[in-house]
Amino acid sequence: MKTPAELKYAKTHEWVRFTSETECEVGLSDYAQDALGDLVFVNLPEVDAAAVKGETICDVESVKAVSDVYAPVSGTVCEVNEELLDSPEKINSDPYGAWLFRLTDVTDTDDLMDAEAYISCCEEEA
Amino acid sequence: MKTLFERSVSGRRCSILPACDVPACAPEQTREKQLRLPELSETDISRHYTELAKQTFGVNDGFYPLGSCTMKYNPKINETAAGLPGFTDVHPTQDDAQGSMELLAEAEKKLCEITGMDAMTFQPAAGAHGELTGLMLIKRYHELHGNTERNVIIVPDSAHGTNPASSAMCGFKVVNIPSAPDGCVDLEKLKEACGSDTAGLMLTNPNTLGIFDKNIKEITRIVHDAGGLCYYDGANLNAVMGIVRPGDMGFDCIHLNLHKSFSTPHGGGGPGSGPVGCKSFLEPYLPDAKIVCENGKYAWQARGEESIGAMRSFHGNFLVVVKAFTYLTMLGREGVPEVARNAVLNANYLKHLLEGTYETATEGTCMHEFVLTLESLKKENGVSAMDIAKALQDCGIHPPTMYFPLNVHEALMVEPTETESKETLDNAAKAFLDVYAKALEDPEYMHHTPYNSPISRPDEVTAARHPVLRCQIDD
Repeated sequence: MKTPAELKYAKTHEWVRFTSETECEVGLSDYAQDALGDLVFVNLPEVDAAAVKGETICDVESVKAVSDVYAPVSGTVCEVNEELLDSPEKINSDPYGAWLFRLTDVTDTDDLMDAEAYISCCEEEA
Repeated sequence: MKTLFERSVSGRRCSILPACDVPACAPEQTREKQLRLPELSETDISRHYTELAKQTFGVNDGFYPLGSCTMKYNPKINETAAGLPGFTDVHPTQDDAQGSMELLAEAEKKLCEITGMDAMTFQPAAGAHGELTGLMLIKRYHELHGNTERNVIIVPDSAHGTNPASSAMCGFKVVNIPSAPDGCVDLEKLKEACGSDTAGLMLTNPNTLGIFDKNIKEITRIVHDAGGLCYYDGANLNAVMGIVRPGDMGFDCIHLNLHKSFSTPHGGGGPGSGPVGCKSFLEPYLPDAKIVCENGKYAWQARGEESIGAMRSFHGNFLVVVKAFTYLTMLGREGVPEVARNAVLNANYLKHLLEGTYETATEGTCMHEFVLTLESLKKENGVSAMDIAKALQDCGIHPPTMYFPLNVHEALMVEPTETESKETLDNAAKAFLDVYAKALEDPEYMHHTPYNSPISRPDEVTAARHPVLRCQIDD
């Protein structure tokens, strides 16, 4: 399982890549994509939608089930990765390249974990 | 296999169509281009459908332990009754259909008695449609009581996927609550979730893990105290019917799946039927119309302005109700609880035979179904629940429900139903155990099962990513 050290993680298995103090990209962790199995559909949020930390922001569908994606921080959606609509398999093949959406005005970042803490969180879950 | 169009040979004919008894249309009404219809002999058609039938697997082919779906045997007498001309040759708008109306009224009475409800509608076409109908009753109740802030439906994480979907469809916000370690509703989490925005709770009991929630009365009381209503998803009624009643557990409305608990055909062989029952205070909101009986004569009575309106044309899938009514009549009052008892007995017998080899999601006795988890097999040998399910097909067994409930990893959910004999269960247990032994011995073999079914392993990832939904024929 890959867990890049430069990223932050939520216990709901989203990763966060800060591009500035108040802007970030969000995607699904390697652990999440492996647990979900082959992804076949991504339902992205709308641009300008409000992300509220801990609440459902969009969903992904694998051959097993539809699963909610939770906002790891609060903010406003400024861009979504439309490329994933036609190729959701990118989340499986390159989980840390396949960002789902970008946020601005990011707040509520206190609960994010670093890679080490996230790895032990996954170990507990397993 | 080839489609009828691919089998077509220009100019080939057969005589199975009856003579045309309507006048030919005028030339200006005809199509400019001839319809592309397959041209086949009777032999070709007959072989085509037989080939199709051979690719399917139904309850008439073998053991079908599809958890949560109650794939019980469909007695043939149901079909005989539903085929009676008195039922097939009626039209919902004809002046008088006393026999059919009496049947609906009697079916309502019987099903209300089983569920502890006061009234029922037969309009919903199947389970999820029933959920929507029941939630609309709850919505209407709150609207008419000025509870405009009540827009949240609470759903446990073990719920059927249709519960949150129906709630969202009905305009509610869905709040998920996690289950307690024993798979039942976590009372503390439920209390936290309940509040002034609570419209209601949707619950199956026994739940998806096959456990009867011992706190059920406390659960419904918490929701009622918060001002919400309680909805019972009838998917798992087979475990308790004739023994305990959702109405007595504190539920206000309910849907039934006649195609599960009441032995009418399921899935593509349906259609389904999802009657919705409710307590008397919700009855005015039910869809039109109500059957009343005065001096031995049945009549339809409109429900008035508070009704949620029509959910479907006329009286739903009427002939399905005829089949369920036949089933109940054959069982009688003593037979209904016997069904539940045997469904629970069969599930526990099979669970017992598999325990020790397979890991179960819950310990102790279960109700009508139980959940296996293949998580450690997957980790240690790389053999997944999917591989086991596919291998069972080679043993002539329909796979159990896979990857559900979501709160159990690598889940296989097994529901044998009461209509299987001890011999069938013994053979099935042997097949399950053999498959497990094979998984330990040769994981690679397992990844390519089934070897003997008409279709081996469809590429479901590509099918889901790039679905081809219609057959296209180049001109």
